[in-house]
Amino acid sequence: MEENKRLVKVPTMAQMAANGEEPEILFWVGCAGAFDDRYKRVTRAFVQILEHVGVKYAVLGTEESCTGDPAKRAGNEFLFQMQALTNIEVLNAYNVKKIVTACPHCFNTIKNEYPDLGGNYEVIHHSTFLQQLINEGKVHVQGGEAFKGKRITYHDSCYLGRANGIYEAPRDVLAALDADLVEMKRSRANGLCCGAGGAQMFKEPEPGKKDINIERTEEALAALGTGNGVIATACPFCMVMMNDGVKNKEQEENVKVFDIAELIAQAEGLTK
Amino acid sequence: MYNEHSAVIGIQNIIFLLVAAAGIGLFVWQVRKIRKNVLLGRDLELADNPSERLNKMLLVAFGQQKMFKRPLPAVLHLFVYVGFLVINIEVLEILIDGIFGTHRVLGFAGPLYNALMAFNEILAALVIVACAIFLWRRNVSKVPRLANGVEMRAWPKMDANVILITEIVLMLALFAFNISDLKLAQLTGREMAGSFPVSGAFVNLFGSDPATLHTIERVGWWIHILGILAFMNYLPSSKHFHIIMAFPNVYFSKLLPKGKFTTNPAITHEIKAMLDPSYQPPAPETDADGNPIVQRFGAKDVEDLTWKQLMDSYTCTECGRCTSVCPANITGKLLSPRKIVMDTRDRMEEKGEHPAIFRPNHYKEMGVERVTVTEEKTLLRGYVTPEELWACTTCNACVEACPVNIDQLSTIMDLRRFLVLEESAAPASLNAMFTNIENNGAPWAFPASDRFNWADELYVPSKN
Ligand code: SF4
Ligand code: SF4
Repeated sequence: MEENKRLVKVPTMAQMAANGEEPEILFWVGCAGAFDDRYKRVTRAFVQILEHVGVKYAVLGTEESCTGDPAKRAGNEFLFQMQALTNIEVLNAYNVKKIVTACPHCFNTIKNEYPDLGGNYEVIHHSTFLQQLINEGKVHVQGGEAFKGKRITYHDSCYLGRANGIYEAPRDVLAALDADLVEMKRSRANGLCCGAGGAQMFKEPEPGKKDINIERTEEALAALGTGNGVIATACPFCMVMMNDGVKNKEQEENVKVFDIAELIAQAEGLTK
Repeated sequence: MYNEHSAVIGIQNIIFLLVAAAGIGLFVWQVRKIRKNVLLGRDLELADNPSERLNKMLLVAFGQQKMFKRPLPAVLHLFVYVGFLVINIEVLEILIDGIFGTHRVLGFAGPLYNALMAFNEILAALVIVACAIFLWRRNVSKVPRLANGVEMRAWPKMDANVILITEIVLMLALFAFNISDLKLAQLTGREMAGSFPVSGAFVNLFGSDPATLHTIERVGWWIHILGILAFMNYLPSSKHFHIIMAFPNVYFSKLLPKGKFTTNPAITHEIKAMLDPSYQPPAPETDADGNPIVQRFGAKDVEDLTWKQLMDSYTCTECGRCTSVCPANITGKLLSPRKIVMDTRDRMEEKGEHPAIFRPNHYKEMGVERVTVTEEKTLLRGYVTPEELWACTTCNACVEACPVNIDQLSTIMDLRRFLVLEESAAPASLNAMFTNIENNGAPWAFPASDRFNWADELYVPSKN
């Protein structure tokens, strides 16, 4: 281990409760954030940011369970409510008030659907959270050099954008990087789904002319033009779909897919 | 006195009165059937936040807010829409004139009347231009969203053309009436109320025989008013019914975030009772006879949908804006949100009453069965296939795009719920996902104990 690095011990709610403490925020990791190899890097980048700015946070660790979003979108209201009621019991037992998550699906479900079942929390998506950190000057992204003049196109997540009206926060975060932000043909309220929402992530697409993520990747590549570029995402499903699309188009040399938290962590020099 | 025909009630007026009463009566009769059909749906309380609802109605329905996502059709549509609103004032005059045998009875308003007539004429001309362009877009340049799609069969296409051509004819009749009236006034030296910039330009096209002019004037007048009565009674058969339904439909549209899907309280009670045996669920709702109402989970047929979802289907303008932004449809899947809405209406009218007097039965359009009915003839399967439903990414693009605030996604979700909750008919991979959530608390087959492994060996630069 190098001298200038510090091992992070990620605090859990159980530990905090045992010490009679309460964190400022609960970081809800989500299933993709916990199990998907690519998205685990985003989880880690976000924790590095939390550590860097010194927010008092905790995670549920092994006590976290699926929010039930994929079950609900697939029509399994019964399984969704089982998950939701169980999660709410855990969250309420820890007296959780504020939740931050990097997954728009977790965000939407906990924010909008848990209240009907007795779960009332202030829920913030990590794009809004990062935007606040930047506005408060806690994250400086001075290392923005790495992105200077680099083309970045942001792919709107349906569950962040249309579902909850969050279009500008992720763009503001990217704007702080001093990169060359370009928009795709369809963006913001008119954005095109990556193809993974509504539990599509867990099944083969129905037969058609092409897969949705290919159509969307083509739009992203058209926006980026030739040469190097970044497709920025703010959702684990979008990340998987855009990555697959870029591979399918054999552009992985030129075009990288990053979550906005990774870009901020890189710019802050936290992931070196 | 500007009025050469003073109020004399003659045979024409009596005929007019009878025709107008019959026309309005027929319309009311049709609307009552539509109301009955909509009430086939389940109850839903939507009386909250009246001021927010009113605001939305003013912006989206009255103010055409969402139309302006596509500027060209928006401007053309605005001509037709404003033309419709303003021409209604003249229709009021025509009604009064028709009943009491007066002529241009509102003429007393002087300059105001002049301005109204002038505005009216300009709008009428713009309506003709707009309708002609709309006809062109549908039939010649064939704008894809209007020309393509399995649901755009012969009837929806004909319906649109009927409406556009009727509107042009109505406007031409209005001009015939105005021009001949103007010419007659010039010939007889009669002072004529109103100002007619468009008719004035064409006044020399008409000959100078007073008898002919008088006939043209009367024929124009009658075509215009009979046309309007016929048009009104055609509306309930047509996508054009949106000119009425857009207002209540937007008023009652969803105010919650688009990502929030409905929660079924019956399921909540069941789960709570499972988790805690001492839990007392509230007594089930009963019908008028005191029998408990057993509701299906999800929707199989139109009576499982809410009245709002059924009302949506009477509001649909068949514009295809939803389908043209649907990622599934764009990439060639069977799903088309517009079809779901149109299917709902067709099935509702098949099951309820047929309000229409002109409308062919959609189900057997032009004598051809539109779907091969292999199973029960319900909305699900009889009209909408599971393959369509499973292609939806729940992205809300359709909902966002709809100019009259229809919630296509809510219907798709309710049909999906029926497949899963009542028939366990989800695709195998989704069933596997359900099992994983049940067993591992994650949609993938990873053990719950590995959930925190991402936190191992995580470093940050230490601050000095
Ligand atoms: S919500 Fe479903 S139907 Fe609507 S646009 Fe998205 S994929 Fe298509
Ligand atoms: S549902 Fe809305 S967007 Fe779709 S065709 Fe009907 S009116 Fe147009």
